[in-house]
Amino acid sequence: MVQTYDRLRTALEQGTTTCEAITQNYLSTIYEKQHLNAFLAVYEDYALNTARSIDEKMKRGTAGPLAGMVVAVKDNICIKDRTVTCGSRMLEHFVSLYDATVIQKLKDADAIIIGKTNLDEFAMGSSSENSAFGRVKHPLKNEYVPGGSSGGSAVAVATGMSTTALGSDTGGSIRQPAAFCGVVGLKPTYGRVSRFGLVAYASSFDVIGPLGNCVIDVARVLQVIAGHDEKDSTSAYVPVPEYLIDIHKDITGLRVGLPKEYFDESLNSEIRSAIESAVNVLERNGVIVQEVSLPHTKYAIATYYILVTAEASSNLARYDGARYGYRSQNATDLYSLYVKSRSEGFGEEVKRRIMLGTYVLSAGYYDAYYRKGQKVRRLIRDEFQQVFQEIDCLLTPTSPTTAFKAGEKLKNPLEMYLSDIYTTSANLAGIPGISIPWGVDTNGMPIGVQLLAPQFGEPLLLRIAHFLESHRTM
Amino acid sequence: MWWSEKYEPVIGLEVHAQLLTRSKAFCGCSTKFGDSPNSNVCPICLGMPGVLPVLNKQVVNFTIRMGLATHCTIAPISIFARKNYFYPDLPKGYQISQYEEPICQNGWVEIELKNGVRKKIGITRIHMEEDAGKSIHEIDIDTYVDANRCGVPLIEIVSEPDMRSPEEAYHYLVTIRQLVTYLGICDGNMEEGSLRCDANVSVRLKGEKKLGTKVEVKNMNSFRFVERALQYEIERQVEALERGDEITQETMLWDANRGICVPMRSKEEAHDYRYFPDPDLVPVVVSEAWIEEVRRELPELPLEKRDRYIREYKIPQYDADVLTSEYEIANYFERVIKHLTHRTEEAYKLVSNWTMGDVLRVVNETHVSMENFPVEPQRLAEMVDLLVDGTISSKIAKEVFEEMLTSKETPRCIIERKGLMQINDPGVIGKVLDEILTRHAQQVEAYRSGKTQVFGFFVGETMKAMKGKANPKIVNELLKHKLQS
Ligand SMILES: [Zn+2]
Repeated sequence: MVQTYDRLRTALEQGTTTCEAITQNYLSTIYEKQHLNAFLAVYEDYALNTARSIDEKMKRGTAGPLAGMVVAVKDNICIKDRTVTCGSRMLEHFVSLYDATVIQKLKDADAIIIGKTNLDEFAMGSSSENSAFGRVKHPLKNEYVPGGSSGGSAVAVATGMSTTALGSDTGGSIRQPAAFCGVVGLKPTYGRVSRFGLVAYASSFDVIGPLGNCVIDVARVLQVIAGHDEKDSTSAYVPVPEYLIDIHKDITGLRVGLPKEYFDESLNSEIRSAIESAVNVLERNGVIVQEVSLPHTKYAIATYYILVTAEASSNLARYDGARYGYRSQNATDLYSLYVKSRSEGFGEEVKRRIMLGTYVLSAGYYDAYYRKGQKVRRLIRDEFQQVFQEIDCLLTPTSPTTAFKAGEKLKNPLEMYLSDIYTTSANLAGIPGISIPWGVDTNGMPIGVQLLAPQFGEPLLLRIAHFLESHRTM
Repeated sequence: MWWSEKYEPVIGLEVHAQLLTRSKAFCGCSTKFGDSPNSNVCPICLGMPGVLPVLNKQVVNFTIRMGLATHCTIAPISIFARKNYFYPDLPKGYQISQYEEPICQNGWVEIELKNGVRKKIGITRIHMEEDAGKSIHEIDIDTYVDANRCGVPLIEIVSEPDMRSPEEAYHYLVTIRQLVTYLGICDGNMEEGSLRCDANVSVRLKGEKKLGTKVEVKNMNSFRFVERALQYEIERQVEALERGDEITQETMLWDANRGICVPMRSKEEAHDYRYFPDPDLVPVVVSEAWIEEVRRELPELPLEKRDRYIREYKIPQYDADVLTSEYEIANYFERVIKHLTHRTEEAYKLVSNWTMGDVLRVVNETHVSMENFPVEPQRLAEMVDLLVDGTISSKIAKEVFEEMLTSKETPRCIIERKGLMQINDPGVIGKVLDEILTRHAQQVEAYRSGKTQVFGFFVGETMKAMKGKANPKIVNELLKHKLQS
């Protein structure tokens, strides 16, 4: 059963349930819905033991802020002594030696980590089909994809396999599956959450964020995982505000912008009407909605794929069969050890991106691709900054379509890449974004709307998202 | 050289210096040398999935020190870059280095050649980077990797192509070594690899402005090899040009056993390192205040020290050169001076003589470090004081010094125990002289009839009789007096 954390916490405090019972419940759902292939590992004993010890803490009144919250973790985040497969043959049996900073923080807050969720290999994909361990299925229609790359996390939250989940968002990997599965997905500001222990895909884009069934749940998780980490030089020194303090505050007088470039002909008409209804809700409540322009949006996808693949080609160089991970049994010398281990250990999409990235960094091409990409990235960032002078927040679709059928876009990588068209800009600019469910299409598949705010604008983002959520008309 | 009338070599050096920080450049692991393989490692320096580097501030401090000592401009903002290549001892598949925006640029050092001529050599850049691990090859069996060295901080010092002979290159390298050891940022040990040197060498006709095709020479792991390898490579290029061949741009490895440079297999060098800014590290921001702080703490550098020795201790330039040639020697010398009671030019010169002479001799013979030299500066100072005030003769001093090498006693104790005190009493010496003159009346006659060379005989006899303890000055004076009377 899908429940928000606040309900669970109240029940826990009233003594009408226990962490153990809650955990048992989620575990049952996980087993019941195994066919969705959302989990790659389930920590049944660990979760139940932790639940029992937190029940003790509840009795003593020493339980942490997330006591009884059951969290599923995307399998590209390290947990000590657990495998971190990244959905890849390459790391199928690889066991992490340490806890990611976010995991340490969740444990300290008495969250219960229930297991690891399936994903596109090394978070590269938008459908969770690129996993070496089989695709994740959409809970409503199994022949459909749940979005990606944090597809397993979105499905876990949507179907009541966990209260919340952690995902990672490099170009939309939290927000797009959240939209496809009808849950809330938050991509925090780059640097707001430590990346230490997140297996790197594209270091200057990657950010860990929460998925949940309501805005308050993701705000609670963010509250715990946010903050500077001395193990991550790119984590921000900006103090962490109390995200729940202003979340109920009136939104009258706020300005919301609709970037006109996000509403071109590729946008599905049902999603367009969903946005319109959200605009109506905002306007009826005193929000000023206006059209704005982000002219460099058309370069976002190209820029994104140039820079992301460049970083990925370097980040994934360490998986060479020499020290850990998959090692080809057919190698005859050092060179063939590299070639064969990587050819056999990585899937098609990962290899495609490594090759693309290697190419854009190559001598003679660097200026034309990587350096130019960096320049455009700066332009996109500046453009957002400028727009946020006039408005507080942007409202856009999360994805141009709702969930699509499995296999539909596998043959055409470019078409798959275009499903990130509304989400990549936030990663290029390093700004926070949230996707919240806003009705369903005629097919019954969930629609998501996206809100974008300036850097470290999470309080405002959560406030508007929470307002929309509580005034949902669709 | 037979070719030096016609050709001119152009040499630039790239020197890697391992920094003496206690922990590695981007993780907390120890940099200790010689621990058992793979004992100083952690997920970060092993490049495990999900880890991130965090810069050790001391690396920046040390690099700024070297930058200031070589008159470089210190960049207010510099960037780390990734140098991508595959090798088993490179856990991440890339090395963190600096590429487009290094921390130090446009400096120079002054070198001094054997003939005393001084020359400025330009420093193009100095940048920070991390070391790779060590591959241990077992012939035809397996390769093992020791990751203790992975992530140990290095600086790379790139010179301008300003050197015109192997000798200049040698002196440049000596100067760089001297600087890093004086600054306390590197132990300067080439044999152990804490100082490594690659060279870019080309030759051109004298008077030609254009540079010839350059060849990179690697693997010259001692000062001696650098000079020899460059000599070899220059001659190889000159011979090729004389034959009418063209020089191909390539990388050569110095083979010390055969005394030749061998071309590296082209597959090994066909690297496109695909440098790009490391997204895991933020730009290194160095404020003026930081630079000033490092500048204030900068130790006295070799040339300054040498000039001060000449000025303050009035020792000859030759002495000052030898004493400041290595930081440890200068340090020893200064500590002896510090403990002297007699603060006279005579005493300073004696300290200089003893340091350059017996101390360095023992150091070279026994390979003991100056730091662990068995005769502590305090004891040598005491011995010099005893020499200056005439308590012992220089002959006795030799004996005392030898004794101090093996015992922990002070010079005074040794002298007392062995009864080595110099006899300065004219009465005592005179009595012995009288006896000797009486015993050798014939020689006295000879002296008085003009055979003055027997004077030495009397001195020798007296010293023998007094077991070398007589003050030779007094012996001479008394003897002269007695023979003339
Ligand atoms: Zn380490």
